[in-house]
Amino acid sequence: MSRYISFRDFDWVLIGFVLVICGLGVLEIHSATAHTKFAGADRRQLYWIAGGLVGMFLVSLMNYHVLIERVHWMYIVAIASLMVVLIFGQKYLGARRWVKLPGGNHFQPSEWVKLILILAVAKYFADLQQRELSWSDFIKAGAIVGVPMLMVLAQPDLGTALTYLPIAVMGLFIGGVSWKQGLTVALLGGLAVGMVFFTPKVHILKTYQRQRLTSFLQPDADPQGSGYQLTQSLIAVGSGGLWGGKGSQTHGAFLPIPQTDFIFAAFSEEHGFVGALGVLLLYFIVLMRLTQNAQTAPDRAGTFLVMGVVAVLTFHILVNVGMVLGKMPVTGIPLPLMSYGGSSVLFMFLALGMVMNVRMRRFVN
Amino acid sequence: MFGRDEKISPIRLTAVQYVILAIFLFLAYGLWRLQVSQSDMYATLAEQNRIRNVPILAPRGKIFDRNGRPIVDNYPSFTALLLRDSSRDLNADAGQIAEGLHLDPKDVRDKIRHFASMPQYRPIYLKEDITPDEEAFIEAHRNELPELDTIMAYRRLYPRKGFLAHLIGYVGEVSEDMLNQPQWEFNNPGDVVGKSGVELQYNQILMGKNGSRQVQVNSHGQEIGAPLDEKPAEPGKPLKLTIDIDLQIAAEEAIEGKNGAIVAMDPHTGEILAMVSRPAFDPNDFAVKVSHAQWAALVNDPDHPLLNKAIQAQLAPGSTFKVLMATAGWQEGIAQTLTVHCNGGAEFYGRRFGCWVKSGHGDVDLTKAIYQSCDVFFYTLANKLGIGRIAKYATDFGLGQKTGIDLPQEVAGVMPSEEWKMRNFRQKWFAGETISVGIGQGAVAITPVQLMRAVAAISMDGRMVVPHVADPTGLPAGYLEVNHLSDVKSIPIDPDGWNLITDAMSRVLLPEGTAPSAHVPGIDIAGKTGSAQVVSLALRAKHANDEALNQNGWFVGFTPRRNPDIVVCVLFEGGEHGKLAARLATQVIKAYVDKQRQQPTKLAGADKTVEIGALWTSPNAENPAEEKLQAGRFVLNVSKKLPPLATAAPGLQ
Repeated sequence: MSRYISFRDFDWVLIGFVLVICGLGVLEIHSATAHTKFAGADRRQLYWIAGGLVGMFLVSLMNYHVLIERVHWMYIVAIASLMVVLIFGQKYLGARRWVKLPGGNHFQPSEWVKLILILAVAKYFADLQQRELSWSDFIKAGAIVGVPMLMVLAQPDLGTALTYLPIAVMGLFIGGVSWKQGLTVALLGGLAVGMVFFTPKVHILKTYQRQRLTSFLQPDADPQGSGYQLTQSLIAVGSGGLWGGKGSQTHGAFLPIPQTDFIFAAFSEEHGFVGALGVLLLYFIVLMRLTQNAQTAPDRAGTFLVMGVVAVLTFHILVNVGMVLGKMPVTGIPLPLMSYGGSSVLFMFLALGMVMNVRMRRFVN
Repeated sequence: MFGRDEKISPIRLTAVQYVILAIFLFLAYGLWRLQVSQSDMYATLAEQNRIRNVPILAPRGKIFDRNGRPIVDNYPSFTALLLRDSSRDLNADAGQIAEGLHLDPKDVRDKIRHFASMPQYRPIYLKEDITPDEEAFIEAHRNELPELDTIMAYRRLYPRKGFLAHLIGYVGEVSEDMLNQPQWEFNNPGDVVGKSGVELQYNQILMGKNGSRQVQVNSHGQEIGAPLDEKPAEPGKPLKLTIDIDLQIAAEEAIEGKNGAIVAMDPHTGEILAMVSRPAFDPNDFAVKVSHAQWAALVNDPDHPLLNKAIQAQLAPGSTFKVLMATAGWQEGIAQTLTVHCNGGAEFYGRRFGCWVKSGHGDVDLTKAIYQSCDVFFYTLANKLGIGRIAKYATDFGLGQKTGIDLPQEVAGVMPSEEWKMRNFRQKWFAGETISVGIGQGAVAITPVQLMRAVAAISMDGRMVVPHVADPTGLPAGYLEVNHLSDVKSIPIDPDGWNLITDAMSRVLLPEGTAPSAHVPGIDIAGKTGSAQVVSLALRAKHANDEALNQNGWFVGFTPRRNPDIVVCVLFEGGEHGKLAARLATQVIKAYVDKQRQQPTKLAGADKTVEIGALWTSPNAENPAEEKLQAGRFVLNVSKKLPPLATAAPGLQ
């Protein structure tokens, strides 16, 4: 294991595209929050990005093997931090998701739990040498992801909890799940989701969660309530047209809090189909570049790690953009790299740091 | 441990790439659907979201009297409202707000709760027409209570104490029933329109047209940026009435504390100079919002304060009807030679009809019958004329018909005839009924304005005018509704007849007449008193102490005797005797004459004394040849201070 690593091996192309997306995000945050009580969010977002870049470089310096070997400790810390949130967390809008840090900042541990889960799943599947997965592998991988998932669900934060799922799915898929096993699990999962939704006696989902999850099917049913955001988002995107418009939905505050989860709607309104498609293309390039990095990874662990990041990022984009377009339920999942929010930005850059970590070591040993 | 031997299947990674591609194609398709296929629909929705039409309310036109003095004005009225889109805890502030606005905190909280399910941009209207100190409270707490705001609207300012209330009428929000009628089809819910009086009659002129402002609003309904489009409001046009405030004040003062109506008119033109009905209501109570209790009290009041008795009271005219009887009798050639001997009553068709003077009037001719109001003479005249001829003349002079006055809800009254009885009762007319009609009793029911118009026509050589309260010259060209107001109809009557009748009427206020107490020295007033029973005499005897059943006093009079300038009709409900009504009428006439004499055109004003030269003949009836021409020079002192004229209706300075 050589230690000749160089920043020349950093994926500058990837960082370039990522920063372009971040820049568009900052511009849109500026546009959406100017003259509102959120004014200045664009500047704070820049600080988070700068901090994220520093974090990315720091993470890339530590050999990912070292991280993976110590992942069980990190896993324990992650579970502990989720416990802390559940017990001492700040209650905001009916959910305990945030821990108040001494500096006056708030931190959402459920974000960086994602990083640890990526590492943990990578380690689990890297350690498996056989091609065929046994049912116990399923259960173990499921448990690794499932325990923190249930804890986040209890906050309650359904959206973030759901983002843990693709990490496990991706691990299982490239870890060599057989079609038969995959189908069986998918069927069982579908059955479970169906039970949660259609048995009112089961109180796993809170009423507002069920409303948010189902309102996308019928946004007009309750235009002032949970369907309101969705309706306004559809109007914002639709009125953008081919080339974009003045953005009255965003600037008239019809689209609530457009700088976070609905930033893609705000962007689509101002820049139209052409602009929005451009952003999707940028994300697609980033994802393709990431999978390419996964292919050239020096070992199984590296591949799993990068593909974990790909899974989370893809899932976020699918659910967020799908939500904005009315194709997915409103779950409160931010659009990575563009949405305003420190935790989300930090997570993305730390995750990219791990990808860089893997890439820089592709020619070693 | 991390050996390279167990490489991941590249097929699976490629599969992941295809899955990602599929996801992105799916998202791109969704984007295409919204932004390209359905973009127009969403663009419209976005427009509807942000463009709001804010009405600019047009102030109603002011109302002036004949000399341009204000009668009805507008005043800026502020409504306190609570904005619900701020982040304030309204319930926590409710106590302070209620105290500052003199409201019950419980009511404020109830309102907040009531509005909880409404869209946030809809404010809560806390209190209409707030006082200046409540307004000051809101201004002083702008920072402390940012959710508290005011909105300004012009409201009607009417004269105090119901001055001219029935003629002016009042305004109110257009009701749903009204909107279904063709007259109001171009109005919108929430419009403030006239509901009675000239406010209703001339609503089209007074109302003006609301403008609108297209503004861009945010989701809180707050305006952002400059208006996109603005259509200014067209204020309502002013309305000039024919009312003379000074005369109106005199009429109001005359009838103060009594029930009934006074109406005064220029018989040349039909211009109404004054119109009062009592009891009155205060239209200012309607200018903001009339409460249910207030409304119920007005509607259920047995004295009918909402009724304009000048045009809506249908009552027996009593002896005032004799003026018309005399005219009919003269025209038919009967009255000239008719003399009767009155011994306190006469028998017709087997029934005795009493005269109001039980001892009788002795020998009575037409002149004496008028100034002494002898019933027996007119019984006899009625009997000779028959109901057909009486009804013909009464109808010619507009009795039992609407006068066409430009006020809403005028009533027609009843002038009975054989046809009328057959039509309404399917009964034959009994000749005995004619006798009662002769003294204005029986089925005769007319309004004060009808009586005034008929007597005015008799005094004016048969010139029938249309009474009106709006000055048609001040109205916009092409406003056809007032074209008929200047119509004049001429009814041919013999000058000798109306000269004799009006001469007899001028003796009514002299010592030999029925109302000598109403005499005003120096003013030549001709008139006729009347008192009419409300119910039959038998019923009245049973309820001797019930004031509601007292007889109504009437008086209709004019000045001067020839070519009069003003005709006044008084209905004094429960006034018992016509002479009491006459006193009210002469107060109005005196005010009119005083005002005329005060005008500089009629009198040299600057000097305290004026010199007048005069030539006159001193008649010598016995020897006309000795008639002498005389001349003289007089110095008159005109320094007498007359009360100043009003500058505006009471309460409108």
